Order: sequence, then C-alpha cells, then structure tokens
Amino acid sequence: MSASFDHPRPAVLGPRVPVHDEVVPAGAPWIGSVLRGQVLRIVDLEGNQAVDTLFYNAHDTDEHYSAVDTIRAQGNIYLTTGTYLRSNLGASMLTITEDTCGRHDTLGGACSAESNTVRYALGKRHMHSCRDNFLLALAGYDHRLGKRDLPSNINFFMNVPVTGDGSLRFEDGISAPGRYVQLGAQMDVLVLISNCPQLNNPCNAYNPTPIQILIWAAG
Amino acid sequence: MGSVPDPKVRVSGDAAAPPPLWEETLQPGEHWSGILRRGTSLRLTALEARANVAALLYNYECLCERYNMADTLKAQHTAYLTSGYVCYSDMGRILCSITADSCGWHDTICGLSDATTVATRYGTTRFQEARNDYRKNGRDSMLNELGKYGLGRRDLIANINFFSRVTVDEAGALHFDTENCVAHDYVELRFEMHTLLVLSTCPHPLDPAIEYQPRCVQLRAWISGSAPQQDPCRQRCDENARGFRNTEMMFPP
Repeated sequence: MSASFDHPRPAVLGPRVPVHDEVVPAGAPWIGSVLRGQVLRIVDLEGNQAVDTLFYNAHDTDEHYSAVDTIRAQGNIYLTTGTYLRSNLGASMLTITEDTCGRHDTLGGACSAESNTVRYALGKRHMHSCRDNFLLALAGYDHRLGKRDLPSNINFFMNVPVTGDGSLRFEDGISAPGRYVQLGAQMDVLVLISNCPQLNNPCNAYNPTPIQILIWAAG
Repeated sequence: MGSVPDPKVRVSGDAAAPPPLWEETLQPGEHWSGILRRGTSLRLTALEARANVAALLYNYECLCERYNMADTLKAQHTAYLTSGYVCYSDMGRILCSITADSCGWHDTICGLSDATTVATRYGTTRFQEARNDYRKNGRDSMLNELGKYGLGRRDLIANINFFSRVTVDEAGALHFDTENCVAHDYVELRFEMHTLLVLSTCPHPLDPAIEYQPRCVQLRAWISGSAPQQDPCRQRCDENARGFRNTEMMFPP
C-alpha cells in the first residue's frame, strides 16, 4: 500500500460538519466520548480492517458493552443496521443506523500477547496487540480502569462466520475501501478502539490500515 | 416448581468412580460459588431434563484473570463447548478442561437471563408471596455470588451455559434446542488452575418454555490430578498444547 494513499472521504452527514474528524493509524488506539444523540461513524478507509471496539457508560464504567446481551436480545450473532448494542445491564447503549459493510463480528474478541502465544506460536508474544492498545488507552484515561474492564468486544468490519454444526472461523473480510458503520448514541458513552495490529490471520487482510472516526453533534 | 428428586438415588452408578471430595445438590434456581483447586474435577449432573447451569470462572489467585469466551472459541475454532475442549482465561491459560460430556453441546454465546426478561415472560414474583419459589434470574444470581469476592457488575462477562444448545443458522440467527439435555446428563470439568467457579441454575435466557422451571443439578467433586501428557484436551490441537504449557508455567511439578 502506498504511503500517499488518497483516503476516500465519506460524504458528510447532510450539510453538517462533524465535531470530530480524525484518522487513526494502523495499529493505534483511540479513546473518546460520544454523547447521547450524537452520531459516530467509523470508516474502513482502505478495506478489510478490523476495528476492535468497546463502549462504556461514560458516567459509570462498570456498565460496559456486552456481546452476549447484544446477541441474545436480537437473536442473531451478527451486528448490522438495526442492531442495538447492549450493556451488561441490558440497556441499549448505541444503535447501528447505517452499515455499508453488511455485518460485523462480536464473537472473535481482541488479540493479545497471551492469546497470540496460544493461537500461533510462543514466539509471537512480542507482537503488538489490541489488548496492549486497550490497556494503554484506559490507563491514560483513568488509572482505575484496567483489564477487568475488557469484556468481549465488537470487531467492526471483521468476518467470523459460524456454521450450523458450530464451527467458527476467521475468514477474509467482506469490507472494502470507504465502507463505514454509523451509530447513534442512546447514552453518553466512552468509546475505546484498537485499530487492530494483528498480522497473523486474515482479519486485516495481513495488512493493517488506517480508519477514520467522525462524530456529529446531536440532531 | 417441580418436586426435587432425591439426589441419593441419582448419584453416578460408576463403580470405578473415585470417592468424592464433596457432593452438593443445587435446588432449582439456586446460585452457588466455590473454589476448585488445580487437580480437582467436578461433575455437574442434570437431575432433570432441560437443565441449564450458567457458569463464570475466575483465577482464584488473581481474580482479574477470568474466562474469556472469545479466546476459548477462536483458539479451538468452535462456537460451542463439549468434551475435548478447554476453557481459556484472558491470559492464554486454561482454567478447566472438559473431560467428559454426555450431552454434546454447551452454549457460551447467549449470556444470562435478567430480572426484566424473567418478569416480562413469567410475571413478577416477590419473596413475600412466593417465599423461596420467587423467580430468580441469572444476572442477579451471579451478582449475588460475585459480591462475596469483591467482584460486581464490572466483572459480568460472557458466561457458559452448561447443558444448553443454541445453534446459529446461515443468517446468524439463534435456535434453542429444547431436547439437548435429558435427565442424568452430565459434564465433567478438570480444573487446571485454582478457580473461583460461580454457578446459577436459572433457565437459559432463550429457553422458550411457557412455565418458569429451573432444574435441580448435582455437583460432585473429586481429586483427579492434573492433565497427563496423553490427554485428549491437551492433544486436541496445537493451540491447546501451548495453552497447557502456559498454564503449567505457574505450577512447577
């Protein structure tokens, strides 16, 4: 991929200018707040990039995104337009309002040095991981937060199909340059992102790339 | 609420079974927690058909290390649990191995029931009228037990639902199997780390039963020793061999 890659810019939300517009480099963390009523868009700038994401109630981080509550409430493992992202207390935190990718994973979790030793080889421990991104971003935000606050996350743009006989695989992505997912916040949330640095499986097409984060003010 | 079977006549008839360390019978809807040391095995037996046992697991020596649904599933390329699989922590180590299983499928992607859904489906009950038959729910049951160890809402993570089978179709939709668990089905866990185990016998949140009917479940623990070299869980895949290696670093022989 050329360093001078010209990132396709998504259309702004109607005539309005976002209150936040930032490109997050491959393998980097991002942490920030999205207030109730605001709109968050995550853009897969170059395609097939896994964006590991967690949400917390901004006023009480004991309430966090819950993959199993989200799956159970909608009766489906894939996240897409119309999905309510639910907390460990059952509340709807955000809704997916637009999705040009098609579906997103919430079973695959985040990579870590430790899980890399299990999944690939003991010698992979040194490789940069989503867990490292999460822990560093949380530590910089609030020293009381840590690994206890890392439940199962969302992997936007990642393709992890499950078959009827119960097998689970990491497959080539179904995303493409410029595809995005857009979410409306139903409570004030803290957003924690690791723009996944995994090099050992096809979740990033073996080539982690930048993403764009846009936030628009409430209606 | 169904009558509670007499556990004395339901104990495994396996004459070669090692003597139990302890046995307990969980009443329908009961929540429970305990410490299972490395080298201990636990058999959970459904004393009635269609039981569900929600379970959370934490490293008792460092409670911030806990069961990780995603790491468990992706290391073993599976969306469910049965014998031969192991339950991974979020530190690349194995909390417990599933060494025997008579029903073939245990769910770990559907979570817990909660007070709102139980009240909506089955109506509100209070202790004042129902006494101990009030309808418990999975989330509150877990919070009851977690609080005894300094844990709480923050520590509510993806759990296992033993004895429950939920399949996923091509479109990703969930389907609950009402036939997965028959009376006397069992699953055996061999603990590879000192583990805080938290259980709730509340019904699976997707069980479409018209009546709220949690089941009676028996626990039986014994000293089994830790995983031998020629162990089906260790040998299932290279990932598990490395998981055991990571775990055994903490427990020199």
